Amino acid sequence: MTNAIEAEGLTKRFGDTSALAGVDLAAREGTVLGVLGPNGAGKTTAVRVLATLLRPDSGTARVAGHDVLADPAAVRARIGLTGQYASVDEDLTGTQNLLLIGQLLGLRTGEARARAAELLDWFDLAEAAGRIAKNYSGGMRRRLDLAASLVGRPSVIFLDEPTTGLDPAKREEMWEVVRRVVADGATVLLTTQYLEEADALADEITVIDRGRVIAHDTPDGLKHRIGGQRVRIRPADPARTDDVRRLLGELTRTVPELGPRGELTSRVDDDSLLPELVGRLRAGGIPVSELSLHLPSLDEVFLTLTGRGTDTTEEAA
Amino acid sequence: MTTTTVPVGRAAPLSTGAPAGSTLWRQAQVLARRSLIKTWRTPEALIDVTLQPVIFLALFTYVFGGAIAGGSQEDYLQFLLPGLLGQTIAMASVALGQNLNADIEKGVFDRFRSLPIGRSAPLIGAVLADVVRYVILFVVMIAVGTVMGFDPASWGGVLASLLLAVGFALCFGWISVYVGMVVRTPGAVQGIMFALIFPLAFGSNVFVATETMPGWLQAFVEVNPISHLVGAVRGLMMGGPVAGDLGWTLVSMVGLLVVFMPLAVRAYRRRA
Repeated sequence: MTNAIEAEGLTKRFGDTSALAGVDLAAREGTVLGVLGPNGAGKTTAVRVLATLLRPDSGTARVAGHDVLADPAAVRARIGLTGQYASVDEDLTGTQNLLLIGQLLGLRTGEARARAAELLDWFDLAEAAGRIAKNYSGGMRRRLDLAASLVGRPSVIFLDEPTTGLDPAKREEMWEVVRRVVADGATVLLTTQYLEEADALADEITVIDRGRVIAHDTPDGLKHRIGGQRVRIRPADPARTDDVRRLLGELTRTVPELGPRGELTSRVDDDSLLPELVGRLRAGGIPVSELSLHLPSLDEVFLTLTGRGTDTTEEAA
Repeated sequence: MTTTTVPVGRAAPLSTGAPAGSTLWRQAQVLARRSLIKTWRTPEALIDVTLQPVIFLALFTYVFGGAIAGGSQEDYLQFLLPGLLGQTIAMASVALGQNLNADIEKGVFDRFRSLPIGRSAPLIGAVLADVVRYVILFVVMIAVGTVMGFDPASWGGVLASLLLAVGFALCFGWISVYVGMVVRTPGAVQGIMFALIFPLAFGSNVFVATETMPGWLQAFVEVNPISHLVGAVRGLMMGGPVAGDLGWTLVSMVGLLVVFMPLAVRAYRRRA
C-alpha cells in the first residue's frame, strides 16, 4: 500500500513562533490519519502546508502522489479541504455554495446542479438547500462545508477539527459521515483535540505538540502507552469511599485518585475488569451514583507522554 | 442520511488545474456571479453607488453652485456632474477591497485557494462584478442630474462616457484590491483608500476650474488621472476637446492595470 499523504521534516516559522519544527506525517491510501494535539500545536499549519495554502520553510510533502511545492495544481485537483472555521459562503444558499464549487471545477451547469443535489441529499441538507447558509445550525454548516470539499470527488480529504464546537450528538453524526466517506476509498487526514474522536475514526494517530511529533501509533497502541481507559466511581454514600478505594485498588493494582466531587479514578488496562468491579460492588452492598469508563482526556494523554499538561497558547495561523 | 450515493473517489479528478486563458475567464465569471448574488441579497451595499452620489450632487449644486459659478446653479450642474462621476466612481471602488478583505478573513478564500483554479480568478471575478455597480452609479447620476436640469450636448457622448468611466473604474479598482490584500481589516481598507482618494478627488478639476488654483496645485491636477478622466467625460458629454484627456486617461488605465493587478495577485498569493 502506498502513502497518499507523506511529509518529512516540515518546518514553518511565523515571526518568533515556530509553528512546525520538523513534522513527519504519513497516511496510507484509504485510511484515516488522526493528528491529535492542543491548540497551538501546529495542526492547522500542517494542514495548510499539505493543502498547498502555505509554503513550508523547509521539508518536503507529497499528497496523492504529487509534490506540494513542485506541482501544487495537481495536488489541488485531488484534495478536498474542510477548514477549522467552516469556509462556506454565508450569504449563499446550500445549493449555490455547491454549484459555485462545481462550476469552478469545470462542470457544466447541469452536471454541477446534479452533483450539488446529490451531495445535499447525501448530507441530509436537501430541505435546507434553498436557505442561506448564515441561517444553518452549527452541525448543518459543518456538513455543508464537508459537502463543498467533496464536490470534485477528491481522493485525499483534510478535515481540520471537524467537530470542534459541536454538541455530542452532532459530533456522533459527523463521525458517521466521515466513516462513510472513508468507506468510499478516500484518504482522510483529521485534526482533533479529542483522543476520543481520533480513537473513533483514525487508523493511526500522530500526536503533535509545539510543532513536533511526540508519538505515532495505532489507537490501541497509543491507548496502551497511556494506560488505556479510566474508570470512575462515585459512591452514593461518602462514608463508603474507603471501601470503594480499597476495592478499586485491589482490582486495578493502582492507587485510585480522589476527585473534588468524591469520585475515585483509576486506570484500567483489562477489558474484563468492569464486570468484575460491578459484581464486587453488588456483593459489598455499595450503592454508587456514578460509574463510568472513559478515555483519558488530552490533558491526561500529554501528561503521560510529555510529563506535563497541554499549553493553552493560541493556534499559530 | 437519506441515500447511499457514493460521494467520493468514484471517478478520476474532475479538473486538471493549470488554467488556460479561457478557463480563467470562465472561472472569473462564475466568481463574479457569486458577488452579484451577494449584492442582490444585500441591496444596502449599493448605497455608495445610489444615494451617496445623489447627495453629493444635490449638496454641491445647491450649496456651492451659486457661489462658484457666479449665481447660476444650473450652469454649475453642467460643469459638476461629469466631474462628480469621476470622483464617485473612484470612491465606489473602496467597497471592492473591503469585501475581498472580509472574504479572506472569513476563510472563504481558503476554499478557493485549495481548488484547482487560476490564482487570480477570485480577484478578477470580484472586479468584474463591480461593473454592475459602476453602471448603476452612472445611470443614477445621469437620471437624477437630468431631473435637476443637466442637459448634455450629446447623448452619444454620454454613452461613450459610460464606457470610458466603467473602463477606468475597472483599472482603478485594482488599487482597492491591492490594499484589500495587504491590510488586516476591512476598516483599514476604507481608511487607506479614502486617504488616497480625497486628494485625488479634490485636487482635481472635479469641482472648480484648474486655473483658479495656485501653481503648485495646478501641477498636481495636471498629472492626476481623475482630472484627465473628468476632462474626457466633460468633453464627450458637453462638447469641446476630448483627444488629449482621452489619451492620458487610456495611458493611466494601462498604467494602473500593469502596476496594481500584478501587485494585488502577488499579495493574494503570499497572504497566509
